[in-house]
Amino acid sequence: MIAIRGLTIDLRDFHLRDINLEIAENEFFILMGPTGAGKTVLLEAIVGLIPIKNGAISIDGRDITALPPEKRGISIVYQDYALFPHLTVLDNITYGLHFHKIDKRKAQGRLAKLLEVLNLSHLQHRLPTNLSGGEKQRVSVARALMVEPKVLLLDEPLSALDPGFREEVRGSLKKLHQTSSITFLMVTHDFSEALSLAGRAAVMNNGRIEQVGEIEDIFKRPNSAFVADFVGMKNLFHAEFKGTKALVSDLEIELGVTPPNSHGYIAIRPEDIVISRRRFSSSMRNAFPAVVTAVIDQGFYYEVRAQSGEVGFASLITKSSLIELKLRETSDVFVSFKATAVHFF
Amino acid sequence: MKREPFFWVSISCGIVIMAFILLPLIQLLTSPSVGMLRESIGDRDVVRSIWLSIYTAGLAALISFVFGTPLAYLLARYDFRGKRLVEGIIDLPIAIPHPVVGIAILSVAGKNHFFGQILAELGVRIMGSVTGIVTVLTFVGIPFYLNAAKAGFEAVSPRLERVSRSLGASMFGTFVRITFPLAWRSMLIGIIMCSARAISEFGAVVIVAYHPMIAPVLIYERFEAYGLKYSQPVAVWLVSISLILFLLLRILTLHKVEEQ
Repeated sequence: MIAIRGLTIDLRDFHLRDINLEIAENEFFILMGPTGAGKTVLLEAIVGLIPIKNGAISIDGRDITALPPEKRGISIVYQDYALFPHLTVLDNITYGLHFHKIDKRKAQGRLAKLLEVLNLSHLQHRLPTNLSGGEKQRVSVARALMVEPKVLLLDEPLSALDPGFREEVRGSLKKLHQTSSITFLMVTHDFSEALSLAGRAAVMNNGRIEQVGEIEDIFKRPNSAFVADFVGMKNLFHAEFKGTKALVSDLEIELGVTPPNSHGYIAIRPEDIVISRRRFSSSMRNAFPAVVTAVIDQGFYYEVRAQSGEVGFASLITKSSLIELKLRETSDVFVSFKATAVHFF
Repeated sequence: MKREPFFWVSISCGIVIMAFILLPLIQLLTSPSVGMLRESIGDRDVVRSIWLSIYTAGLAALISFVFGTPLAYLLARYDFRGKRLVEGIIDLPIAIPHPVVGIAILSVAGKNHFFGQILAELGVRIMGSVTGIVTVLTFVGIPFYLNAAKAGFEAVSPRLERVSRSLGASMFGTFVRITFPLAWRSMLIGIIMCSARAISEFGAVVIVAYHPMIAPVLIYERFEAYGLKYSQPVAVWLVSISLILFLLLRILTLHKVEEQ
């Protein structure tokens, strides 16, 4: 679908180096990375807003590198909505129709569907200034989809929103993705967004792509120190939720609260996991017997990997605790963590 | 509460400055009798010179608008080597003494300059012609249009244009549908500032074209020939026109502040 080959860009403030990326049709692809990694530059290069030094971008096998933005059929949604302030919600959404030859009835149908899915019908005649952040972003998504693009690019569309609205817009995005054949490419730095929306993802750093793959793989098997440090979630498990408990293969993990969905992911930061020789009799609600499978020197800390049944945990401990506990491979230990240390999404 | 002396110094200075600006203007506006005003507006020379002032200033603003808009847009949107230099050159006409502007333009348009020779071949006369007046007025007025329009374009987020492009609009289509509707007020302010500046020009015009006579030159001539009393009625008419322009400008800028 989208194929990017050897893309190199040199701007005064940003650069991209030899970007290679392939995204399949109707995929929901996530781009992650720290600020200044070049995520927005990559999106704007795909839309055709930035001069490219080297490389090629093609869509459905057609090279679009030399096409101006208006001929590419790619829509973009920005974090700050970028709504046209002098046009009503309706005129914003139908803006692209001026430049596309679309059958009137078909356009009407599409408009009605977008207004309904994004819950915008009652706002049609308002000006953007009077809308809430969530409403603005829904308008911006509707405007982008109205021209039926082949690809929809989203540049941190949810990060400027209040948590309540974020959930709502995220839900709408998921629904729109599932009911259309459009390919979604979204930049985010929120891992729960990435996990709940995406199939595959890429992590960018300093103008390069560090890792591409299944989203779970990136979190569980980072292939560089940078990605490992960036995602920082070594203990990521697929889980079924039952009441306040998460079932991860044969372990029952206490969450303290009831998650809204019936299944999803849980994650625990390695520094939140305590390794001990004897069962901890403290406030830790979760303690499981395990066997140490690896002890890895990480400079100031040691990473201890411990297997409990089918579930492998990673924990960070200091050198002195390592010596005190006399830990080595095959040692029997307990893995403990608080219910509040478990993140779920 | 007892105010500091500095407060009273500030107030006094303010009053002095207000009086300094308003007193001469009020005196000017109230000196001629209604009869004299009516008589002077019946004078064909006066009417002709005021019309000439209005339409040469208007033409200067129009030329600035047509040729200045693309440049203002370019300066607002793109960074390039030498941009500061270009911006400096644009402000140059503001800093040059007005008679020097006239002399400079004449020296290019004269018979000794190849450009003047081309103009002569084409039958264009600068010296003592309406063309000359418009040329001079455009020269002194265009910086005001360029700067106002540029500020207006800069206030429009480039992201809006980018979104418009991605939705299928060409660069020109984007300008017409997005940039212009959002920046027209600044452009209009620029046009008004440019024409206000042009209508008040004397020094440069008097060098290039004493005849045909624009209003400031006529006022000067009447003052020289007949004295203060005879120059005042024409001056009142000219000031009134300038004030109308000024009022328009204030109304537009006030609206702009409210919108933000």
